[in-house]
Amino acid sequence: MWRDVILIAVKDLRIELRSKVTANQILPFSLVVLIIFAFALDTSPATLQKVAPGLFWVAVLFSAIFSVERATAIESDQNAGDGLLIYGVDPGGIFLGKVLSTFIQLFFLEVVLLAGVVVLYSPKVAGWPLVLLSSLFATLGICGAGVMYSQLASGSKAKQTLLPLLLIPIVSPVLLAGTKAWQDGFSGSGTLGDPWLRLLIIFAVVYLALGTIFYSAILED
Amino acid sequence: MESKGYLWTRRSVGLVSLILVVATVIYGLWITPPDVIQGNLVRLIYVHPPVAWVAYLAYGVTSIASVLYLWKRTRNIKWDLLAASSAEVGVIFTGLTLITGSIWGRPAWGVWWTWDARLTTTALLFVLYLGYLALRRVPADNHRRATRSAIAGLVAFVDVPIVHQSVVWWRTLHQSATVLNSSLSLKIHGVMAWTLLLGFIAFTFVYVWMLMHRYEIATIEQEALDAELEQLLEERQHESEIELAEDVLGDAQVDQPSKVY
Amino acid sequence: MSKFFPADGRGAIPNRLYSMQSLVSFKNVIAVSGNFPVLTGFDVEIGPSEIVLLRGRNGAGKTSFLRAVAGLLRVTRGQAKVLGVDVVARPADVRQRVGFLGHESFLYEDLTARENVKFVLKATRSDTNLLDSALDAVGLGGRLSSLKVSKMSAGQKKKVALASLIARAPELWLLDEPHTSLDSWTRGVLDATLNLAVEHGSTVLLVSHEAHHGSLMPSRIIDVAGGKVGGDTVVNETNSKKVLLSKGGSGNVA
Repeated sequence: MWRDVILIAVKDLRIELRSKVTANQILPFSLVVLIIFAFALDTSPATLQKVAPGLFWVAVLFSAIFSVERATAIESDQNAGDGLLIYGVDPGGIFLGKVLSTFIQLFFLEVVLLAGVVVLYSPKVAGWPLVLLSSLFATLGICGAGVMYSQLASGSKAKQTLLPLLLIPIVSPVLLAGTKAWQDGFSGSGTLGDPWLRLLIIFAVVYLALGTIFYSAILED
Repeated sequence: MESKGYLWTRRSVGLVSLILVVATVIYGLWITPPDVIQGNLVRLIYVHPPVAWVAYLAYGVTSIASVLYLWKRTRNIKWDLLAASSAEVGVIFTGLTLITGSIWGRPAWGVWWTWDARLTTTALLFVLYLGYLALRRVPADNHRRATRSAIAGLVAFVDVPIVHQSVVWWRTLHQSATVLNSSLSLKIHGVMAWTLLLGFIAFTFVYVWMLMHRYEIATIEQEALDAELEQLLEERQHESEIELAEDVLGDAQVDQPSKVY
Repeated sequence: MSKFFPADGRGAIPNRLYSMQSLVSFKNVIAVSGNFPVLTGFDVEIGPSEIVLLRGRNGAGKTSFLRAVAGLLRVTRGQAKVLGVDVVARPADVRQRVGFLGHESFLYEDLTARENVKFVLKATRSDTNLLDSALDAVGLGGRLSSLKVSKMSAGQKKKVALASLIARAPELWLLDEPHTSLDSWTRGVLDATLNLAVEHGSTVLLVSHEAHHGSLMPSRIIDVAGGKVGGDTVVNETNSKKVLLSKGGSGNVA
């Protein structure tokens, strides 16, 4: 299975390097979200600093919806998903490979986005380790639930509207926990034993496990 | 479709529900006393918690039915129909929970909505299962639809404790204690407790009765769908013969070119 | 070409001897796609080393049959065994042993021809040393191999799909109109490959409207109509001309 994970992840990343959908479309979109949040709220530094963690994660969540959509669209384009079944690629491997590839893409997006947050909202970050670790697991959780739901919703003509409806309530704990962990990290009050970080780890583990177990049933139905 | 036994059971459950609900209404509105602080508002307690309980019960049934469908040894389309029916009833009761909560909240706290942990979890549950029902409506053949829905139903249920935990922490770890807890700490005793229990039983019966109705409709729909498929199957098998006959005729024309051309 | 079918039986594909065993055995198979019965009681027994040509009108169920054999279309009723495996219960075990060439190429448009074939070889755990010879075999060697598939013509895309199939050398070839949009040279390559594969024990099931123009001689013709078998004709020297030219066999020729 691990062979297949790498195989799929490398292939998907190579396709991203060629098509640059994340880099040229999803990333700019997430930056636009940051800017319009400032429009919608207030440009006073105090407000923006306070809401920066929440806005960051909302922007990530919106971008993630596009990313996971794209990750499964790659396979439905020329019915390549059927091809993968014919080649005997392990469904769990397909799932984890897609999670890995979207995870890497989203992580790059988050780095740029964080730079955007720092520039636009000028927050002060005291506890980097917590910020980094919580981002890692939050992103894993979002990708795990996202890839699974994107595949569940595939085949629907209304996928673009169905996927956000399904995914956003499911990952709402990640949005909450990610935001809170960042707030703790920004203020320096949180340690690595932060309960929010624990929640993010649990969420990531649960959804990676569920996806690995159920992906074959979702693909083969 | 269903046996006489099913019909009889459903009607009995309906009758019992009716009696119990009427009893709850009588006890709740006239026999129990008003609360010292909340006055008549307290009477909502005979409705709101039971309705919320039914919502969770319904989702529990959906999850169990989903598991039974996913497990190959118990796989049967009936579990899928039961899961769907229960989820639909659950969504209605979640909606009722939110509405009764708001009705309670308006005079009690002066707002329709408060970001109380339970209320927020319930709201998320509501959209979660609306999504489940939307996924069910994606056109697909029986097995495909059933598998996808079962997974979604199960995953949604797994998500509930995580959502709840995160919301509870959200509202407690960072201060602003819940309004609900302080106002709920009224003394429940004697006839009030019995009426509350009666409310729970009454609404559970209402749930079972609604579920049986919805399941019956779902079964009839499924049977109609199956019958339609069966008819299509027959028509297509018949077409097969016609097509072949035509093709053979076509061959004959190839052998002896017709003068029409 | 013969390097894909080594004679010692221990290469990419061993020589397969299925004796009297049936490779594809469908008994009253019914399959549904989107609440429409695409297969309506398909009965067929196909043995080893056969080249089976499937004919029929558009929408007759030819493609659905191939997909069901490949384990990509779920059989709702009836018995279906492929390569000795119950495809209803264990579709995954069948899928890996068949090669499928459909209307949809299974290719990734953003990857090059070479990358696509290489991906297939890696995914199937096949010998990646065969990569270049497979590309050469279909005339996609050299510069063409590093062209993105999205920039290719329909025929070239088909060649890429074909190259990965040739390199895999599956036990059972399921081909849905493989000749369409191919140039005559590549058709020749395809026909030669299939003939060779059959010599080495593989079986070919193909949907085609023009198979009899080339050097590929079907050993059997199955007419599909309304989602089931309407006619089944064994081709031999005496009837070959007649059955190949007729639009639909009534089954009484053999």
